[in-house]
Amino acid sequence: MNDPSRLWVFLAASPLFWLTATLAAYAIADWLSQRAGRNPLVNPVLIAVLLLAALLMLTRTPYETYFEGAQFVHFLLGPATVALAVPLHSNWATVKKALAPIFAALIAGASTAVVSSVGIAWAFGAPFDVLASLAPKSVTAAIAMGISQGIGGNPALTATLVISTGILGAIMVTPLMNVMGLTDYRARGFAAGVASHGIGTARAFQVDPVAGTFAGIALGLNGLITALIVPLIIGWLRS
Amino acid sequence: MLHAILILLGCQLAGEILARGFALPVPGPVIGMALLFAGLQLRARLKPAAADIGTLPLGAVAAFLLANLSLLFVPAGTGIIRQTAVLTANGPGLIIALVGSTALTLIVTALVFVAVARRTDAKSGSGGSP
Repeated sequence: MNDPSRLWVFLAASPLFWLTATLAAYAIADWLSQRAGRNPLVNPVLIAVLLLAALLMLTRTPYETYFEGAQFVHFLLGPATVALAVPLHSNWATVKKALAPIFAALIAGASTAVVSSVGIAWAFGAPFDVLASLAPKSVTAAIAMGISQGIGGNPALTATLVISTGILGAIMVTPLMNVMGLTDYRARGFAAGVASHGIGTARAFQVDPVAGTFAGIALGLNGLITALIVPLIIGWLRS
Repeated sequence: MLHAILILLGCQLAGEILARGFALPVPGPVIGMALLFAGLQLRARLKPAAADIGTLPLGAVAAFLLANLSLLFVPAGTGIIRQTAVLTANGPGLIIALVGSTALTLIVTALVFVAVARRTDAKSGSGGSP
């Protein structure tokens, strides 16, 4: 048997180890979520992230080394976004009938996301660059970082705010909708997608395929409309 | 299976080329989703008797990816967890803004959806209730 510390030196630097660790952490998190009857508080993304962050800290592994393995999972976000077309196509008859509520809820939700986040943070005295980084927090990371950069925000801070919003929305959507007595899965899913992009969409697919479809539509449309709204509101703030 | 993956990657690539080529404000994969959706709709129009997409490999691959969508956010999430200090660097305001705004957005979006759907569903007669 070779020296175990040398074996670790090899493993810790290999993409294979960190790819496997990512899948294992998620398998544990998903098992816990299933055991909890998909209770929204037991969010699989949050648990897997905490497990991996602890492992990285304990082994003093830099994120860049970790990402060399995890990038293969990260890459699949693109094809998965394209794959949203399949449930959209399968449920098109349901979606077509709901175009009016979709656009009304989109405009109301997108404006609420921007105005309420910027408004609350402004009331707490957050500086302009933080407000600009926060404004696009409800849309998918790639779009949000682009918007943030364009209006004088900090894209890295925006990425953190986007992922945090996603996890928060995925945790809050089910209890909030239950408290309000809202049973329409189209509305529940659409709200999850507008407020918390892909992570909310992942939660919606966990609950119901129609909810997932409407969340996917919301994710795509909200990216577009937020890119239009945010510069307007931030421009008004700056003047 | 191979064809299904090729279709997904092909749509993403085409979306990426369109997004960059025309400097569109939408990411390539979102345009790829629109392209695939248009393709599927066209297929259903031209060949109404064709097999349902859910029974084909593309349907199976899409279902697998979307069932495990949470997993795909784990690498990016692990990256941001190291930066959570920035969330509290400006006091509690940012956390309150995140929680408050996310809850408000969920509530407003769902309520507006249901309010408008009540009218349109009644008009088209599909909602059942008056």
